[in-house]
Amino acid sequence: MSSSPEVRGRHAVKPTATAGAGAGTAIMEPSPAAKKIEGRSPWRLALERLRKDRAAKIATGTIVVIVLCALLAPLIASWVGHGPNQLFVDTGLDEEGNPLAPSSTFFFGTDSNGRDLFIRVLYGARISLVVGVLATLISVALGTFFGLVAGYIGGVVDSLIARLIDVVLSIPFLVIAISIAYISHPGFWLVVFVVGVLAFTYPARIVRGQVMSLKEKEYVEAARALGAGPLRIMFIDLLPNVIAQVIVYGSLLIPLAIVSEASLSFLGVGIPPPTADWGSMINDASGYYQAGFWWYLLFPALALLITTLAFNILGDSVRDAMDPRGAGIYE
Amino acid sequence: MSTPDNDVLLRVDNLVKYFPVKSSGYFQKKEFVHAVDGVSLSVRRGETFGIVGETGSGKSTLGRSIARLYDITAGSITFDGQEISQYSQRRMRPLRRQIQMVFQDPMGSLNPRRRVGSIIGDPFAIHGLATGAERKRRVQELMERVGLNPEHFNRFPAEFSGGQRQRIGVARALAFQPKLIICDEPVSALDVSIQAQVINLLADLQAEFGLTYIFIAHDLSVVRHVSNNVAVMYLGQLTEIAPADDLFTVARHPYTGALLSAVPLPDPDLSERREQIILVGDVPSPIAPPSGCRFHPRCPKAAPVCVSTIPVLEPKLGDKPAHVAACHLPMAQGENLADFHPTIAAAQRVIEGGGLLSGDEAEVSTVAAEALATSDTPQPEGRRQ
Ligand SMILES: Nc1ncnc2c1ncn2[C@@H]1O[C@H](COP(=O)(O)OP(=O)(O)O)[C@@H](O)[C@H]1O
Ligand code: SF4
Ligand SMILES: [Mg+2]
Repeated sequence: MSSSPEVRGRHAVKPTATAGAGAGTAIMEPSPAAKKIEGRSPWRLALERLRKDRAAKIATGTIVVIVLCALLAPLIASWVGHGPNQLFVDTGLDEEGNPLAPSSTFFFGTDSNGRDLFIRVLYGARISLVVGVLATLISVALGTFFGLVAGYIGGVVDSLIARLIDVVLSIPFLVIAISIAYISHPGFWLVVFVVGVLAFTYPARIVRGQVMSLKEKEYVEAARALGAGPLRIMFIDLLPNVIAQVIVYGSLLIPLAIVSEASLSFLGVGIPPPTADWGSMINDASGYYQAGFWWYLLFPALALLITTLAFNILGDSVRDAMDPRGAGIYE
Repeated sequence: MSTPDNDVLLRVDNLVKYFPVKSSGYFQKKEFVHAVDGVSLSVRRGETFGIVGETGSGKSTLGRSIARLYDITAGSITFDGQEISQYSQRRMRPLRRQIQMVFQDPMGSLNPRRRVGSIIGDPFAIHGLATGAERKRRVQELMERVGLNPEHFNRFPAEFSGGQRQRIGVARALAFQPKLIICDEPVSALDVSIQAQVINLLADLQAEFGLTYIFIAHDLSVVRHVSNNVAVMYLGQLTEIAPADDLFTVARHPYTGALLSAVPLPDPDLSERREQIILVGDVPSPIAPPSGCRFHPRCPKAAPVCVSTIPVLEPKLGDKPAHVAACHLPMAQGENLADFHPTIAAAQRVIEGGGLLSGDEAEVSTVAAEALATSDTPQPEGRRQ
């Protein structure tokens, strides 16, 4: 290792009256190359642990399939020859105008309007995934920002943000839904925004807690000694140290956002019809499944269940892989 | 070390820094940790000013207050002719280039999630001094100067050894070529074999760049070799300030005497003959420091006057003006602390705010082993008293 300084014969420490050689200069520093720390990157370690996790592998596989369904939905639709909003008044309903059971023409059966449920479930995945990811990005960005500010600045600012979090947490979901209903044009972006903003509290709390302990570290003191301002300390020094936690909890927010979106749509204040959406499909089915039209409810509900379950399992695995007690990535 | 002139770079007058104690009840009166309680000192250009004292005596707080990492409670700090004690953090910013710090914990003071190149590049980034390739070049120059492989700029701090990490800290502090570097126990966390290397590096840099150091240590044997002047700190106050040579030949304050007796001697014969003074009892609480001389509950020479009257920091027994001690009964040359016993009753040795020391505890014992300061410090060769 060339970084060790050459041993100097001269006496660099203050000369002493009867001094001989320098005090202890002759001992070489042990080279760290000898005890090379294997791939210090915590990400690589976490990834390796994830690879060994069977549940994570199954969940990842499931998510890949769901994503493929969403991406390929138009292709599959044109191949089957059924559009998502196409009404098959003649072929898709029975004589009494009721939905048709699954068949070789309609794999998942049809709905009360004679639309192909299979194609609609595929298209529904698009809404769920896009809303889930976008809303989570909003939650994580807002939460990280507020958490950093509250944790680092502290004082009055922290109290204000803490109150804001309390207020948001105390608002029942139904109240939000009813409020949205009063807005004349609920739509895609409103849903993304509402779901995203509501969930910012979780990452905000986690980041705030982390930052409160991290800001006592000497490297923050060192940054202040160099003249770094609060913004730089928050975003250059502290952010890289909380990002792992943020990603872990972010991955757990995706299924929450998907369920929230489906709930809003189920209540009729989410994605407006006729867009194919699992939540509104479940709502549509509510008057039918007891009358024996089981497929009407089953397929959208199953799609929602499998998707949120897969994201939850993966999120848990990611958390386990990065667990502080697991491998000490948080010093 | 470079020859000091009489030009004073830093002057600290009556510096006070209290930390509020989180009170447990609503009706409790507000309490404070008296971390630094009326410290005055001056540091000349180009010198190394040592500060020693046990852990908890307030050395770090003093250093950080001087660097204005803290808002100070009272007192004044004059740096290079400017009174900076009341400067806002914004106003301090340009001065950060003049006053730098090297921290005790070489791991804790380096951000574990950032690469070494960007850590050492911080000074340039924060003050907009260099960007891109120019910044990288200067970072690598600094790495080379402090004895690091410049090719390693892309590594994380954890990939370096303790000594190398401290070199990273030194490189970062050196980037501005500051006038003053406050080294807060820069080698305490390092292996004995590596301590001398880092101390030598600091000495070389001082000679090359004309740096002034405040060198903090809890251990006299480290500061004695590097310092021109040494201040001894106890419970937030300075008990003795002296040119290094004077302090090690004629210590006036019994606390200095006790610290000195813990410094291992190179000559085993001499070590055996000399008795080590072990201070018994813990350092009293800095929340309610003892009355009079703060050292009285542990001092072998303690007399009634020590409990009632605060001693003044001034030259004793005909010492030159640069050698001052705060003690009513300073030690004469050749005096052996082990011969003394407190002339105040145990009951008088009340620590303000509660605790009583029993006579047994208060007695100063003479034990040959186990020193107050750690004894595994590098053995200075051929240095004797
Ligand atoms: N940020 C702080 N808040 C409260 N008390 C502190 C703080 N920093 C230091 N102290 C207290 O001040 C005293 C002096 O501490 P310090 O300056 O770290 O001593 P030293 O560096 O000599 O070991 C100690 O009693 C310590 O507990
Ligand atoms: S003043 Fe008294 S108690 Fe304090 S150091 Fe001197 S002799 Fe000891
Ligand atoms: Mg300290």
